[in-house]
Amino acid sequence: MRAAGRVAAVAAVLVVLVGLWELYRWIWSSAGWTWPFIVDATSMPHVWTILKAFGEPAQVNQPDLWSILLHKALFTMKEAAVGFTIGAIVGFALGCVLVHSRLLQRGFLPYLVASQTIPILAIAPMVVVWVNPKLPASLQGWGAVAVIASYLTFFPVLINTLRGLQSADTRALELMRTYAAGRWEVLWKLRVPTSLPYVFAALKLAATASVVGAIIGELPSGLQSGLGGAIINFNQYYSLEPQELWATNIVAALVGIAFFVVIVIAEKAIVRRPPETTT
Amino acid sequence: MTAEQSVVSIESVTKTFAQGNVTALQDIDLDLAPGEFVSLIGPSGCGKSTLLRIIGDLIEPTSGAVTVNGKPAKQARVDGDYGIVFQDAVLFDWRTVAKNIALPLEMLGWPKERRRARVAEMLELVELKGFGDHYPWQLSGGMQQRASIARALAFEPALLLMDEPFGALDEMTRERLNLELLSIWERLSSTVVFVTHSISEAVFLSTRVVVMSPRPGRIAGIVEIDLPSHRDVETREAPRFFELVTEVRELLRLRGEHLFPEEEPA
Repeated sequence: MRAAGRVAAVAAVLVVLVGLWELYRWIWSSAGWTWPFIVDATSMPHVWTILKAFGEPAQVNQPDLWSILLHKALFTMKEAAVGFTIGAIVGFALGCVLVHSRLLQRGFLPYLVASQTIPILAIAPMVVVWVNPKLPASLQGWGAVAVIASYLTFFPVLINTLRGLQSADTRALELMRTYAAGRWEVLWKLRVPTSLPYVFAALKLAATASVVGAIIGELPSGLQSGLGGAIINFNQYYSLEPQELWATNIVAALVGIAFFVVIVIAEKAIVRRPPETTT
Repeated sequence: MTAEQSVVSIESVTKTFAQGNVTALQDIDLDLAPGEFVSLIGPSGCGKSTLLRIIGDLIEPTSGAVTVNGKPAKQARVDGDYGIVFQDAVLFDWRTVAKNIALPLEMLGWPKERRRARVAEMLELVELKGFGDHYPWQLSGGMQQRASIARALAFEPALLLMDEPFGALDEMTRERLNLELLSIWERLSSTVVFVTHSISEAVFLSTRVVVMSPRPGRIAGIVEIDLPSHRDVETREAPRFFELVTEVRELLRLRGEHLFPEEEPA
């Protein structure tokens, strides 16, 4: 009942969004309004035009668009998944180290924050140049993109891990002290379990960020095998066939949602805590 | 009484907190014999919780010494000589009740089978049989506190430190848990230090009630509770019970006059 209700709610919202898109199209084009932009087949293709594009080849002598996008999506998912894993591990490990030293926190955090203000497009070419030569043939190209994706992933995980590890109850820490617990025991038996709800909140952010990171990372790498390459490609043909870029965007969104859902399922399986009160 | 005979020996302990130069405790001397149930009672700020924490080596005294089982307090803590119960149950939400009770046993490196057997015993002792697989948030406040007591007693410490363990519970649950605690104490014959705000609770449970006064925290007086060693619901209605409650209250009131001296600066 609950699962069915959830699916119904998601479907209902989708129907409403599609309806709003088409309603907006219809009002603006029949009234001839030009603000904020002219509504036509290029700026806002019909939803069914976009859906139909999945079933047709984008170029002659090519497989249908859905098949191309599926392969590109799998490629980008591979980059994003590896990047997410690296970033999550680095962020979590860094959090576990920094929680034990206020000095290290004060010293490192400003630079870690600064690292996130550098646009990913600015560091991506450097990462490609640095990382690619060291990678084995099987990782060539996409390995560097995974590193770029991990760059967007580690930060939210680090910040929330740190916050989560520090949120251990004072009494619980005293209790561990009465057991003469060492640092590792306090970390594994108390701090880490306490931090998990925080860590999972960050992992949800990081899961979607890793997909964005992988797509953007593909751009300066000149990789054509992923969704980033497809976006660049279809961008050039936008004025002629806008539905193909829209279709790609939908696939990218679905990949992000899939990543998010995996984390939600993992959280349900791992984190034991009182049921949340929703009002 | 010498330090070797007593479970807890407190010698001229003074504690000042750096911030604001507050003297939380001044020249406290107290000895606890094996099997005693001693309550520390007094108004807020009299340092009773601080004293409990010093016995447990959770904080250090500014001067003076605490000996537990003939050892310095720190050594006693490292050796696991005492169990502690706080006002909140402090159960770990991600562990079942059974796993919470097993926590200190895990830290002591007990093998799994032995842990399981002991946890089963403890669940029975605190009347939580059948709740081992529940998570803490599925239990009532009183049940949570019983699980917390089971955890503190699981490794059979010689000493049990309790910091207002029933303070957050309603009166009826509190009185029932008082009875249960006494029956546990009778069976285990451990020594208990019990911090409380409640005069009747202190008198009902204790062999001795240590009345403390604030600013600086000192022992105002000690009341020997000469009620029969086995106590039940009728004990609370006995004339002697009321006399002792009155005696403790008088001691608290006597000292209470100095609580808010008129010349105290704002």
